[in-house]
Amino acid sequence: MTNSSRLTDSETATHGDALACVGMLTKREWVRFFRQRNRVIGALGQPILFWLLFGTGMHSAFRGGDQDFMTYYLPGTLALILLFTAIFTTISIIEDRREGFLQNVLVAPVPRWTIAAGKILGGAAIAWAQAMLFLILACAVGSVALTWGLAGAVALMALAAVALTALGVFFAWPMDSTQGFHAIMNLVLMPLWLLSGAFFPIPAPQAEAGVGQIVMHWVMRCNPMSYVIGGLRRMLCEVPSSSSGEALPFWLPGLTVCWLVSAAFLVATLVAAWRSVSRPVQGDLR
Amino acid sequence: MSQQATALTAEQLRFSYGSQPALQGLDLEVAAGQTYALLGPNGSGKSTLFRLISTLAAMQQGSLQVFGHSVSTARSQVRSMLGVVFQSPSLDGKLTVRENIRCQAALYGLRGAQLSGRMDDVVAKLGLEERLDTPAEQLSGGLKRRVELAKGLLHRPRLLLMDEPSTGLDPAARLDMWHAVQQLRQSAELTVLFTTHLLEEADKADGIAILHQGRTVANGEPAELRGSLGGQVLSIQTEDIEDVLEWLRERTSQARRLERSIQVIGPEASELVAPLNGQFGNRIRSITLGQPSLEDVFVARTGHRFWKLSEENVEAETEPATQRPLRSAPPK
Repeated sequence: MTNSSRLTDSETATHGDALACVGMLTKREWVRFFRQRNRVIGALGQPILFWLLFGTGMHSAFRGGDQDFMTYYLPGTLALILLFTAIFTTISIIEDRREGFLQNVLVAPVPRWTIAAGKILGGAAIAWAQAMLFLILACAVGSVALTWGLAGAVALMALAAVALTALGVFFAWPMDSTQGFHAIMNLVLMPLWLLSGAFFPIPAPQAEAGVGQIVMHWVMRCNPMSYVIGGLRRMLCEVPSSSSGEALPFWLPGLTVCWLVSAAFLVATLVAAWRSVSRPVQGDLR
Repeated sequence: MSQQATALTAEQLRFSYGSQPALQGLDLEVAAGQTYALLGPNGSGKSTLFRLISTLAAMQQGSLQVFGHSVSTARSQVRSMLGVVFQSPSLDGKLTVRENIRCQAALYGLRGAQLSGRMDDVVAKLGLEERLDTPAEQLSGGLKRRVELAKGLLHRPRLLLMDEPSTGLDPAARLDMWHAVQQLRQSAELTVLFTTHLLEEADKADGIAILHQGRTVANGEPAELRGSLGGQVLSIQTEDIEDVLEWLRERTSQARRLERSIQVIGPEASELVAPLNGQFGNRIRSITLGQPSLEDVFVARTGHRFWKLSEENVEAETEPATQRPLRSAPPK
């Protein structure tokens, strides 16, 4: 066997024990979150800041289309909150490893997936709650109508929160410095958010479009976040459905496709996170 | 020896970090119920051995068994038998002592009435009743280590592993910790295996394995190890090392040079004091005659000074001078 070999376990822990362990690790993420006052202030402040900025401040400056600024940017802002909060909660993995907490978990007779599951559920719940806070503010000012689509959007936000936290776990697990994590995540997060239709619409692949536009279309079309935002946009805003025959001025995937791609993204990130935590890490050996 | 009576068996253990070998065919056997010290300077391989036993590092070569269960094939069984106290504290500072212990309980599948019983038990034994609701980050170093012990013992392990347990503790906290460990050993059938680079700490153990460059160079009871050198130790400090050494070598084969001093180990050591004094008189700064220390055992087995190796990157808080065993006063 070599150092890089996979740490497979013949399990003696029962499913009940494993679930209790996931529950404890999830709860720990919440307890830690609420005991760090600056994190709570940041989490409450960010949605309020966005709401003030987009809802009032920039409202008058927005000129474009039939939609008002708030409505256009609502799905993108929700995605921004989910993306950054979900992924940055996983920094705690690097801190846990450095502070020694993680070592202690790694030598316990519980399967390694419980560690990933606890981190993902805890982090995702924090991100989802923060995005919900912004959604509630948007509802309060009447930017979002209380429809069944709203319930769907809430569910899609939860799905995206879990998927993004899992992505964070995948990246954070082998890292030994928070600076390195910031550097890598900025490299990944910014394109993931900017090229998702959150900030500007995804160009339609029209026949007369230039090469640049076609390339941009396909890059954005391959971004899983485009489907999360697309789904949120379809469920929260008034968008003509593709069956109505009315051609949209920009590309927007259908709602079913959005759900399917988002679900596939969730599965892919969960598998990636699980594989990542199954590998021994050099940092464990210090 | 039957498997029941052996807590740990390591045979021809090899491990390397990339091309850097850390363990080079290490053998070790620890009897159940003992307090056993792994003594060695930094880089001797004791931390690597600790990681292999605690299942943190994957086995590469050799065999390692805990109470007859292989660390490579029965990892979960091994883990449930181990209590691990790491060198760096594994407490979550944001959680209270109670929450930290509950966290540990979940990891080892302890719940409900069983958990509250165990919690009351370890908390009482370690005197943590008053601290249960204190956030771990507000505790002193000694108290933190006691909570670590409480966590490590909650699931009633058969083998308690402690990596450099005295690091970062002041002498009082160190005594306090060892007192707690001894108390726990009396009330439960517990084998304790700890790594240390402090000679006086190893001296208190039932058994010691001295590690050097990834191998066990000596093991046994402290008295047995010292006795293995076969007599007293004579240390001579002098400016004329070459002359004295030459003189000694005509009379004994046991004289060796250690940088700025000369050491003679063996039954003839005491008989050399008077002739040495007569021959060299004032040219000798000091002559020390004493029982061999563990450091002498280390020197005899490896040909290296223990502290020379250890000081290269030893932690700042240890003070080698105060850790050395006292020897008898030099004769006039």
